[in-house]
Amino acid sequence: MTIENAQKDIIDNFLFFDDWTQKYEYIIELSKDLEFMSENLKSEDNLIKGCQSKVWLHAEMVNGKINFLADSEAIITKGIISILLNVFNNRKPQEILDSDMGFIEKIGLKEHLSPNRANGLSSMYKQIKFYALAFSKS
Amino acid sequence: MNLSFDVEKIRQDFPILSKKINNKPLIYFDNAATSQTPICVIDCIKDYYEKYNSNIHRGVHSLSDEATSAYEDARNKVKDHFNIKYSEEVIFTSGTTHSINIVSNGFSKILTKNDEIIVSGLEHHSNIVPWQMMIKSSGAKLKVIPLMENGELDMDEFANILSHKTKIVFLNHVSNALGLINPIEKIINMSHEKGAYVLIDGAQSAAHFKIDLQKLNVDFFTASAHKLCGPTGVGFLYGKKELLHRMEPLMGGGEMISDVTFSKTTYADLPHKFEAGTPNISGVIAFGRALDYLNGIGLEKIENYENDLLDYANSKLKQIEGLKIYGESKNKTSVISFNIEGIHSYDIGALLDKFGIAVRTGQHCAQPIMDHFGVDGTVRASFSFINTFQEIDDLFEALKKVKSMLS
Repeated sequence: MTIENAQKDIIDNFLFFDDWTQKYEYIIELSKDLEFMSENLKSEDNLIKGCQSKVWLHAEMVNGKINFLADSEAIITKGIISILLNVFNNRKPQEILDSDMGFIEKIGLKEHLSPNRANGLSSMYKQIKFYALAFSKS
Repeated sequence: MNLSFDVEKIRQDFPILSKKINNKPLIYFDNAATSQTPICVIDCIKDYYEKYNSNIHRGVHSLSDEATSAYEDARNKVKDHFNIKYSEEVIFTSGTTHSINIVSNGFSKILTKNDEIIVSGLEHHSNIVPWQMMIKSSGAKLKVIPLMENGELDMDEFANILSHKTKIVFLNHVSNALGLINPIEKIINMSHEKGAYVLIDGAQSAAHFKIDLQKLNVDFFTASAHKLCGPTGVGFLYGKKELLHRMEPLMGGGEMISDVTFSKTTYADLPHKFEAGTPNISGVIAFGRALDYLNGIGLEKIENYENDLLDYANSKLKQIEGLKIYGESKNKTSVISFNIEGIHSYDIGALLDKFGIAVRTGQHCAQPIMDHFGVDGTVRASFSFINTFQEIDDLFEALKKVKSMLS
C-alpha cells in the first residue's frame, strides 16, 4: 500500500464519526495499538523538543525501509502518533520525503498541527522527514 | 453566595463571551493567562485611532496635545488606583517581563560579587531568567526561598537566608501556577530591616484585589494591563523615585534623553528616562480605561465574588475521584491547579477544549514548582468575575466525561 492509500484509508475511517466524542474515542483506541517502546529508547536523544507531553521517536533502517518506534505520556498524542506511524512506518526514505500531511486536516485534526498546541505533531512529522532525509543519504 | 453581584449584566460587556468553540458556548477559565476585554476598552482603542492618533510629548499641534494628555491621564489613573505617591514613579512598559528586566538591568550595575539576591521558589520564569542574567554580569549570589509541602513559602527559611548581604528580594505577589498569595507585607518588612530592596511582581494579584503601594512600602511593583481587562503589550513599573534615579535605563532612544551630543547623552527626568521610543499610546490609554472599568464594578466586590467561585469550584472538583489539587491554602486567588490520577494534563486540556472550555495545561512557565510537586505539569483553571457558577458545573460534568473517556 502506498502512503497515499494509507492516508485515504484513515480518512475513510474517520468519515464514520458523527461527532468529536467518537473521533477522540477512536484516537484513544489507536493509542493502544502503538508498538511497545522500551524504556532505554526513551532517551534524551530521542525526545522531540517543543511538546507539552514528552514524545520520543526512534528510527532504524531495516532492509531499505525506516522502522519507527514512538511513544508519549499523553494518550491523545499517542493516538495521533499511532495514526502517523500507520502511514509512515516501514517506508522507503524517498516515499516519506515525497509525502505531505494534508490528510490530518481532512480527518479534522488540523488543530493539532497548530504551533500553539505544542503536542508535537508538527515536530514529530518534521523529525520523521528528517530521518528520511538522513537515511536517504546514507 | 454573593447575590448582589450581577454577573449576567457584566458578561454583556464582554463581546467574546458570545463566541462558540466547537459549537459550544465559550467557557473561559484561562483568566490567569490573560483577562478578557470589555467593550469599553475595545472602543477606547478604536476611539484613539479614529479621533486623536498622534505621537505624544513632542508635537505642538492639537492632536498631539490631546494624545499626550490622555496618555498622562492614564498615568494618573495607575497612580491613583495603586495609591502611588508621585506620577513620575509610574513607568509604562510593555508588561511585567519588561518591567522586571528594567530593575534587574538597573541593579546589575549596582551589585557586586559580595552581594546576594533572593528569589522565591514560586516564580514564573520571567522572574527567574532576568536575574540569572544579572548575576552573571555582577557576580552576586542567587538564593531561593524554598517551598513547604503545600507550596507556600517557607518563611523560617527565608529568615535564615536573608542577611545584610541581601540587596534585593523579588517574588510574585500571587503564584501564577498555583494562585497562592504570598505574605509580601512580612517579606517587605523583614527585607527592609536588613536593608534589602523588594520587587513584587503583581501580574497575578492586581486583577483580584486592591493594592495600596504606599501602605505596602514596597520598592518596586509591576503588573500587566492584559490581566486587568486591558490590552496586551502594556504594563507598568512602579519604583521609588530615589531608586529609579539611581538606576541606568534599560533601553536608549528617543523620548528618554534630555541632551544628546556624540560624546555624551544626558537622560531625561523620570518617568521618561525609562520610556525610550514611541510607547504603546493607545494601549496605555486603554489600560487607564480598563482600570476605570474595574473600579466601576469595585475590586472588593470582584474579590468576594471570585472567592465564592473558588470555594464552589473547590467543593465540586473534589468530588471527582483521583483529582488532586496543588497549592491548597486559605490565602489564594481564584485558581485551581490540578491533575487527575493516571491522566496527563495535556489530554485533559485537549478534551476540555472540545467542550468549549479553555484551561491552561503544562508547566505554566514555572518549572521549579512542578519539580517541587514531582509532576510534569498540571491543568490550571483560573476563574474571574466574568465566570458563573453554572460554568463551574459545566466544567465538573465535562471533567467526569473526560475522565471516563481517558481511563
